Amino acid sequence: MRERRVLSVGDLPTYGFGSQSPMWWGTLAFITLEATGFALVIGSYFYLAFLAPNWPLHAPPPDLLPGTLVLVLLLVSEIPNHLLNRWAKKTDMTKVRIGLVVMCVIGFLPLIVRVFEFGELRIAWDTNAYGSLVWVLLGLHTLHLVTDFGDTLVLTALMFTRHGYSGRRFSDVSDNAFFWDFVVAAWVVLYLVIYWFPRLPA
Amino acid sequence: MSVRPEPHGIRDDEIGDAALERLLADTWKTPKGVWGWFATVDHKIIGRRYIVTAFFFLALAGLSALVMRLQLARPDGRIVSPDVYDQLFSMHGTTMMFLFAVPVMEAFAVYLVPLMIGTRNIAFPRLNAFSYWVYVLGGLMIWVAFALNSGADAGWFSYVPLAGPIYGNGKRPDLWAQMVTFTEVSALAVAVEIIATVFKQRAPGMTLDRIPLYVWAVLVTSFVILFAMPAVMVSSSMLIMDRLINTHFFNPGNGGDPLLWQHLFWFFGHPEVYIIFIPATGFVSGILPAFTRRPVFGYLALVLALISIGFLSFGLWVHHMFATGLPQLGESFFTASSMLIAVPSGIQIFCWIATIWLGKPIFKTPFLFVLGFVFTFVIGGLTGVMVASVPLDLQVHDTYFVVAHFHYVLVGGAVFPLLGAVYYWFPKITGRMLSERLGRWNFWLVFLGFNATFFPMHVLGIQGMPRRVFTYPDVMHWSAMNLFVSLASLVLFTGFVLLVVNVIVSLRSGAIAGPNPWNAGTLEWATPSPAPGYNFLRMPVVTHREPLWHKPGELLVATGLRADARELISGTVADAKPQMREPSPENSIWPLFSAIAVGIAFVGSIYTPWAVVWGSALSAVPLVLWFWPKGTPEDEE
Repeated sequence: MRERRVLSVGDLPTYGFGSQSPMWWGTLAFITLEATGFALVIGSYFYLAFLAPNWPLHAPPPDLLPGTLVLVLLLVSEIPNHLLNRWAKKTDMTKVRIGLVVMCVIGFLPLIVRVFEFGELRIAWDTNAYGSLVWVLLGLHTLHLVTDFGDTLVLTALMFTRHGYSGRRFSDVSDNAFFWDFVVAAWVVLYLVIYWFPRLPA
Repeated sequence: MSVRPEPHGIRDDEIGDAALERLLADTWKTPKGVWGWFATVDHKIIGRRYIVTAFFFLALAGLSALVMRLQLARPDGRIVSPDVYDQLFSMHGTTMMFLFAVPVMEAFAVYLVPLMIGTRNIAFPRLNAFSYWVYVLGGLMIWVAFALNSGADAGWFSYVPLAGPIYGNGKRPDLWAQMVTFTEVSALAVAVEIIATVFKQRAPGMTLDRIPLYVWAVLVTSFVILFAMPAVMVSSSMLIMDRLINTHFFNPGNGGDPLLWQHLFWFFGHPEVYIIFIPATGFVSGILPAFTRRPVFGYLALVLALISIGFLSFGLWVHHMFATGLPQLGESFFTASSMLIAVPSGIQIFCWIATIWLGKPIFKTPFLFVLGFVFTFVIGGLTGVMVASVPLDLQVHDTYFVVAHFHYVLVGGAVFPLLGAVYYWFPKITGRMLSERLGRWNFWLVFLGFNATFFPMHVLGIQGMPRRVFTYPDVMHWSAMNLFVSLASLVLFTGFVLLVVNVIVSLRSGAIAGPNPWNAGTLEWATPSPAPGYNFLRMPVVTHREPLWHKPGELLVATGLRADARELISGTVADAKPQMREPSPENSIWPLFSAIAVGIAFVGSIYTPWAVVWGSALSAVPLVLWFWPKGTPEDEE
C-alpha cells in the first residue's frame, strides 16, 4: 500500500502528566473498579443493616478514637501529597525526593494506628455478620494503605537512582499521588459508614 | 536539570522503507526460544494464545456437555453417578462462562483492537501478559481439581447455603471461588488495558465518530466489566471467608442472608451475559460491511444502542431472582427494565437487516454465521421477553425452558458471531484462508445441530422437566425427546470437530490470504497477514470511518517516531490529536513470575488465611522487578 505522509509527530514529548498519560487513565480505571468493590461491600453492609432488628448487631459501636486518628492523619497527608504532585509536574528532583520521603513516613503512621483500630471495633469477625462486614471494610482499606505504602517505598528508592532522571518517572510519582487521593477519599466514606452510621439515632 | 535530555534515536522519516522494516522488526521482536515465549508482550502473540486456550476450555466444557447428553439420552441412565453429574454441569457452566466466553471475547479484543485503531501494541502490555498467565493458572487449577474429584458441584452460580460452610463438599466451593478470583483479575486487567488503549492510542484523526463499531463494542464491554466483575470477586471472597474463617455474610442465624449472595452474584451475573453479547454484536458490525459491500447502516444508532445496553445491563439482575419471593413492586421494576433492554437490542437487529437489505450480500462463511446469529438470537430474545414476566418465569423457573432460552441467547448471540469472527479474521491472524467448503459444512452442522438440540428443550421445559437432574423415569414421557436432543447434540459436536479440522488443514495448506482478502475497510487490513511485531511500518492517519475504502491503495501516515525504541502515538481522548510519543514496554519475564506468585497466594488462601499475608509478600518481589527500569531505550526516555 502506498504511504502518503501527512503529519509529523517527531517533536512531541515522550511523557505527560494527568489525563495526557495513558498510565493516568489506567490508574483511574483501577480506582473505578476498586471503588466499585468498596461500594458493593458498603451496599452489603446497609442491606444486612436494614434486615437486622438492631444495628450494630449485639455489639457497641466501634471506639471512635483510632478511626478518627487515621482520618486526621490521612487528611493531613494530603498537604504533602499535593505538594509532591506539584513538584513532580515541575520535574523538580530535589523537592520530589523530599516529598517522597515525607510520604513514606506519613503513609506508615496510619498503618500503626490501624493495628489497634481492628481491636477497637469491639467485635470479632466471627461473632456475627455485622462483625464480618466491619472487619472486611477495614481490611479492604488496609490492603489499599499497605499497597500504596509499598508502591511509594519502591518509587522513592527509584527516584534516588539514575533511573529517576526521566520524565516518565515524574509522571509515575504524580499518578501515585493521584492513587493516594483515592485511598484518602475512600477512608472518608468508610469512616462515616463504620463509625457514624451505628451512632445515628434509630 | 532533573530530566536528562532524551536521545534523538533513529526516526522513521530519516531512513528508507527497507531499512525501517529491518530496524522495527528488531525493535519489536519476540526472541525465539523458551525465554522469548514466556517473556513476550506482543498483543498479537498473547491474543492468539488467549484464543487457543479459550477454545481448549470450550472443548472441555463441550465434552462435559456431551457426557451429560449421553446420560440423559435414556431414562434411568446410569453412565455417571449423581455426584459426577453435579460436577459435570457445574464445570460445564463455570468453564463456558468464566474460562471460555469472557476470555475468548477479550482475546479477540487483545488481538484486534490495537490493529483496528492503528497502534503498535496494547496499553500496559506487561499487564496483558500477566492477565493471560493468571487466566491459564485459574483454568488449570479448577480442571486439575475436577480430575481429582474436587470440581465445582454447586452450579455455575454456586448458591449458598448449598455451597456454604455446612453443605459445601470438601474444598469444591473454595476451588470454584478462587477460580473466580483468577479469571476476574485477568478480565479486569484486560478491561483496563482496552479502555486506556482505545482512549489514548487511536490513530491520529480517529475521532469518536470514526471508531470502528467493533472497537466501540469492546470499549463498552470493558466498562461493564469494570463495574460488574468486582461484585463476583467480593461475593466469592465472602464465600471463602464464610467457609474458612467463620464469617457470617450468608448465615441467617447470625445476621447474614443467603439472598445477599444472589444479589451480589447476579449484579455481576446479568451484566456478564452482556459482557459476552456486546463484543459479539461488535463482530457482527465488523463483519457485515465486507460482505454487504457498504458501511453498516445507522452507525450513531448502533453506538448509542451499545452504550444503552451497557447501562441497562445493570438494571436487570433481579430477574434471575423472581422465584425468591421479593416484593412485587421490585419485581415489576425489573420486569420493565428486562423488557426495556429489548429496545436497543432490536435497534441493532434492524440496523443490521437494513445493512443487508441495502447492500450486495456475498454469502461466504463469516456472513452465513451472521445470518445464523440473527435467526437464533431473535428466538432467544423472544423467549427472553417471555421470562421477563414474573408469572411465566415462575412456571418455567429451573426447567429446561430456561436452559433452552439461555443457550439460544448465548450460543446464538455470542458463539455464532464468534465463529463468524474466526472465519473472518483467521487470514489476518495466520496468513491463510480457512476452507470455504469445510466452512459451509461447519456452519450448517452447527446451525442445524444447535437448533435441533436446543429447540426441543423449550418443550421439555414446558412439560416440566427440571434442569440439573442426573436422570428421569420413563413415566414422565420425556424419553423420546431427550433421545432426539442427545442425537442432535452429536451433530452439533461434529460441526465443531469440522472447525478444528478446517483450522488444522488450512494452517498447513490454506490459500495464502494477502493483506486484505475480504477487501475490507478497517485498518487491521492495511498490514501484512499476519501482521509483523510492529503492526504498521508508519503510523496510520484516519480521515474516514472505513479508511481503506476512502482512497483505495493509499494510506495516510504520520512520521517522526523512533524506530530504534518502542514508541507509539498517544493522543487526546475525543479527537485523537497526537500529544505524545509514548514509549511502549519491552518484553519481560516478570509478569509470568508475578502470575505464579499471585497464583500460589490464591491457591494457598483456599487452605489458610495466612496465605494472604505471605502470598502478598511473595508477590511483591516479582512485581517490583517488573516495574524496576532495566536501562532499555524505552526506560531512558
